[in-house]
Amino acid sequence: MVVGIQALGATNRCYFDHNATTPVSAEVLGAYLSALRSPAGNPSSIHAWGQTARRILDEARARVADLVGCLPEEIVFLSGGTEADNLALSGVVGAHSAERRHVVTSTVEHPGVLKTCAHLETQGVEVTYLPVDGMGLVDPDELRRNIRPHTVLVSIMHANNETGVIQPVEEFARIARQAGVPFHSDGVQAAGKIPVDVTASEFDLYSLSGHKFYAPKGIGALFVRRDLGVQPLLFGGRQERGMRAGTENVAGAVALGEAARWAKVNMAAEAARLETLRDRLEQGILERVQGSFVNGKGARRLPNTTNIRIAGVEGEAVVIALDLKGFAVSTGAACSSGAMQPSHVLTAMGLKRAEGRSAVRISLGRSNTVEQVDALIEAVAASAARLQGLAPSDIDEDDD
Amino acid sequence: MTEGLVAVAMSGGVDSSTVAALLASRGVPVIGLTMQLWDQRRMPELTPAKPSGRCCSLTDVHDARAVAQALGIRHYVVNFEERFEHQVVQPFVQEYLEGKTPIPCTFCNIYLKFDLLLELSAGLGADRIATGHYARLSHDADSGRWQLRRGVDTGKDQTYFLFGLTQEQMERTLFPLGEYTKEQVREIARLANVPVAAKSDSQEICFVPGGDHEEFIRAYLKEQGRALPPGGGEIVDSTGKRLGRHNSYYGFTVGQRKGLGVAAPEPLYVIGTNPETRQVIVGTERELFRKEMSVGEVNWLSIPEPDHPVRASVRIRHQHTPAAANVLAVKGERRAQVVFDEPQKAIAPGQAAVFYDGELVLGGGWIE
Repeated sequence: MVVGIQALGATNRCYFDHNATTPVSAEVLGAYLSALRSPAGNPSSIHAWGQTARRILDEARARVADLVGCLPEEIVFLSGGTEADNLALSGVVGAHSAERRHVVTSTVEHPGVLKTCAHLETQGVEVTYLPVDGMGLVDPDELRRNIRPHTVLVSIMHANNETGVIQPVEEFARIARQAGVPFHSDGVQAAGKIPVDVTASEFDLYSLSGHKFYAPKGIGALFVRRDLGVQPLLFGGRQERGMRAGTENVAGAVALGEAARWAKVNMAAEAARLETLRDRLEQGILERVQGSFVNGKGARRLPNTTNIRIAGVEGEAVVIALDLKGFAVSTGAACSSGAMQPSHVLTAMGLKRAEGRSAVRISLGRSNTVEQVDALIEAVAASAARLQGLAPSDIDEDDD
Repeated sequence: MTEGLVAVAMSGGVDSSTVAALLASRGVPVIGLTMQLWDQRRMPELTPAKPSGRCCSLTDVHDARAVAQALGIRHYVVNFEERFEHQVVQPFVQEYLEGKTPIPCTFCNIYLKFDLLLELSAGLGADRIATGHYARLSHDADSGRWQLRRGVDTGKDQTYFLFGLTQEQMERTLFPLGEYTKEQVREIARLANVPVAAKSDSQEICFVPGGDHEEFIRAYLKEQGRALPPGGGEIVDSTGKRLGRHNSYYGFTVGQRKGLGVAAPEPLYVIGTNPETRQVIVGTERELFRKEMSVGEVNWLSIPEPDHPVRASVRIRHQHTPAAANVLAVKGERRAQVVFDEPQKAIAPGQAAVFYDGELVLGGGWIE
């Protein structure tokens, strides 16, 4: 019996899940392929091949540094956002030998930060998780109050992956600096989408990930301020100033460099374009779908992200219904299937369990057009109307 | 939206995987939906060394996904854990504490598969759902009713667990396996290269790994911050005479003979339990037989509620051979009074009673 792939009804696929990952752009692919094809050697080698590889790698490093406003030597290439977060937290904490070590972070961080903190807690490190308000923002005064004499790191994300809410990280960095504590920000969702200047803002560490802005998966970077001591996660060679052992992913770094270059040049125009589309999308859905609300509304948000809850509907069902119509969106984080705990981000913002479960994240990117946005509004309106009233009404919505 | 889209409830087992393969091969547009019902990471003390044959284990979800990939169909995991806990696990625990012998599979069919999943599928634009049950559905033009029949493979027939189906649910459901034997299903799975063709059937209750109900309930109550109420008490005969003691009345099933630890001239069987006095009542095999029973929450499927006694074969547990009886519907109460021709052994409250006319399922309800 031969079974073909079932096309179902939808033939046009519109991708609206850019916060999960982005497709590799044409210019990045070109740079990536030429780096893979080049006869470059190992950047650590003495010979001409090695020197070529070193030059390519350092050019890429300069481009990434240019995107975030630091010196090239302050960029550590690694595998992606999760590794960057792990290295920032474990690396700084590990560089301190004091008996009491304390870290301040927030309740809305990405698991790359939260799970690393949970691990550090098992190692005897104290961690304070700062709450957020209804818009998802950390209160700077809360941060000020929670820095202790033995605090070794403050880590608060730049922009939230689920809601796009942008934290006042410049202010947090200032507070941390005044207290003499290094400041890390997870910039995985912000880098390449909104301006950041880690030097002017006096950040000490900043995480970014290539596949969130059109580079391939498997390459990312951590900005580490020049004079900051960080213990490596991996032991081996002296690559990346001793902070990331292992022969460098040269082609990946080149791809990341090209993505950074494109983002830097086109950021203002692309952000304005996406914000217009995002606002049109939000307005269309709010007008067409009964009981729809924007989570994080009122706060500064990434120009490409909206997180909408639709009363009486499971976000999961909306995602499936839209997929069957040819649109890719998500319920929040691109979590593993079935692990449907309500989002910790929305829960931290004070949403009830059922409200949290009714959220859909739509994140735009370079391929999206006004026609696609209008088609998505139609599809969301139709799906929501069909699904509304299907939420398990017999379950108490107010429990925990 | 795709015309005639069917959502297949895929558990990752052979049966539902074969349903997906059958429908896809017939050119029916299908999507696979796997219900995530229970988080196996809860109560890790219950997880046996070899985690197989349980629903919602990660392996089963992966199996369902692998089958969907092999068939080239879209597949989604939908999370129904909250509903499952409220409508299946908690009633299971409650009935157990009441000394009954609950059937969680039937709760799951009534409240999850043929309710929440059906509604979700409709919301997604799927006209019907298909499951791997061994049962047959047909529409009777004369009466205008949908009717449920036993599966062709009488050994695998699952109609006992499906008595709660309504006309609306039957209209929107497909049971493609009702026409096949289990051997044929395995053969179809093999021919269609379904990755799980050789997977063994699950036997136990999906959320009770290892099949130890009391251990599960103890762990569940502990997780909820409750303790299993003491269950120890007296073993008495039907006249109230003390014969001995037991450690816990939970888990004694009507008809049970083993584990009583009471010496008697003739074999003794459990004929009932009393949660209030924590007594286990035992008697001779003769005392285990009853001729009448009343059945609650009755649903009439293939025929409207009759206004006269009907002759039926009545099944009182899954493996029971249906016995001839007169069934009288109690008007307006959704109840029925059943009088068997011959007394039946071990009629257990909490089990279902299902009324058949040959292979046709007339209706069913819960033994009171």
